[in-house]
Amino acid sequence: MGSIWEYANPVKFSQTVSRFLMPVAILAAIATIVGLVWGFFFTPDDYRQGSTVKIIYLHVPSALMAINIWFMMLVTSLIWLVRRHHVSALAAKAAAPVGVIMTLIALWTGAVWGQPMWGTWWAWDPRLTSFLILFLFYLGYIALWEAIDDPDTAADLTAVLCIVGSVFAMLSRYAVNFWNQGLHQGASIMRAGAVTGSDVEEKVSNVFFYPLMMCIIGFVLFFIALVLLRTRTEIHKRRTRALLARERMA
Amino acid sequence: MKALLFRDLKLAFRAGGGFGLGIAFFLIVVILVPFSVGPESGLLTKIAPGVLWLGALLACLLSLDRILALDWEDGTLDLVATSPLPLEGVVSVKALAHWLTTGVPLVVAAPVFGVLLNLPPQGFVWLVTSLALGTPALSVIGTFGAALTVGIKRGGLLLSLLILPLYVPTLIFGAELARRGAEGQDITTPLFMLAGITFGVIALLPFASALVLRMNLR
Repeated sequence: MGSIWEYANPVKFSQTVSRFLMPVAILAAIATIVGLVWGFFFTPDDYRQGSTVKIIYLHVPSALMAINIWFMMLVTSLIWLVRRHHVSALAAKAAAPVGVIMTLIALWTGAVWGQPMWGTWWAWDPRLTSFLILFLFYLGYIALWEAIDDPDTAADLTAVLCIVGSVFAMLSRYAVNFWNQGLHQGASIMRAGAVTGSDVEEKVSNVFFYPLMMCIIGFVLFFIALVLLRTRTEIHKRRTRALLARERMA
Repeated sequence: MKALLFRDLKLAFRAGGGFGLGIAFFLIVVILVPFSVGPESGLLTKIAPGVLWLGALLACLLSLDRILALDWEDGTLDLVATSPLPLEGVVSVKALAHWLTTGVPLVVAAPVFGVLLNLPPQGFVWLVTSLALGTPALSVIGTFGAALTVGIKRGGLLLSLLILPLYVPTLIFGAELARRGAEGQDITTPLFMLAGITFGVIALLPFASALVLRMNLR
């Protein structure tokens, strides 16, 4: 295998996608199904939360993805601005709608979980608020893509928006933390003491941890498959448009 | 640069320039709030800093698409871009002109509106300080949004959507500063944070705005 930049060639990229799409999709399906079935049917109820705890298998992976998809868009936007590879810009474009849906799933499952646990669907808790802001960022990003006709200008502008937006998103996260103390529990999957076992009180128990990991892996693979597919579709769409334009010229 | 600033100011002050639109909108918000939440003075005192900040922010938002759109339509922007002026300077001047015509009147009018909303006496200083510190950030961030959407016909709605999340930190720290000032609490943290945001944004964002504008002008 040569340099990773070889895959910036749309043809090469499409070929590679064709080869890897099915395996990745199948693995994603297996991991998600195994994780969900394991989580829903073969784990005990939490002693305080009862069976409502099981929504964690959807809530945590989607929330993780919502943030990481934005981060992936930031990286691909930077690559586009620096190296001008179209595939990179199209991958960012392809990822954004997936990110919106993940954010929505996280907000929705959070609301469903919050209702019995906190007694409210929505609270202006820092994490919830940050996700709402993230949701707005995604919407603005997609709307900007849709609004501009020239594809290169659109890619440029959205890339800059993504970068500036990232800075403001982090600023908002800090501001929101400052603004209100939360109901939401802190990070409890990967914490410093968890690995060594000195922090057994706060960490998610292993009984829940393994199926949860399975779900997270499933969601990641699912996202990869979707982005590969959607990026390929964007490439095809663009090629179709170019061919049509050439036909009209002739 | 100076000529550009004076030109923008003149255009704004003359009839149809939109000067006063922001302040009128601010007035509308402040007058309508007591009608909608009730005239109880304790409640008004409690929400006054937040309402005043919200009104100022919305008034700012209202006039954003004027910053660049008109110059884009009549070709002024192309002319300015080909002139030896650096585009970073141009967008900074545009933001400054927007602040002088929208932000400053809001800051000046805010104490009067504060009386209408029963703001406690010790709150006025911090209300004016927070607005004076915060509105430049609103103008500069708004200029970035205007530069992003300048090529889009009827981009007003999109502009609002893009700007909305970018305004959140400024609003939080600004309103928090005004609220703590009104309630006589310690104001150091929000004051420093708001100042940090404003100066950071003034220093950095014009580069992004100019970059985006260049992309749009291609």
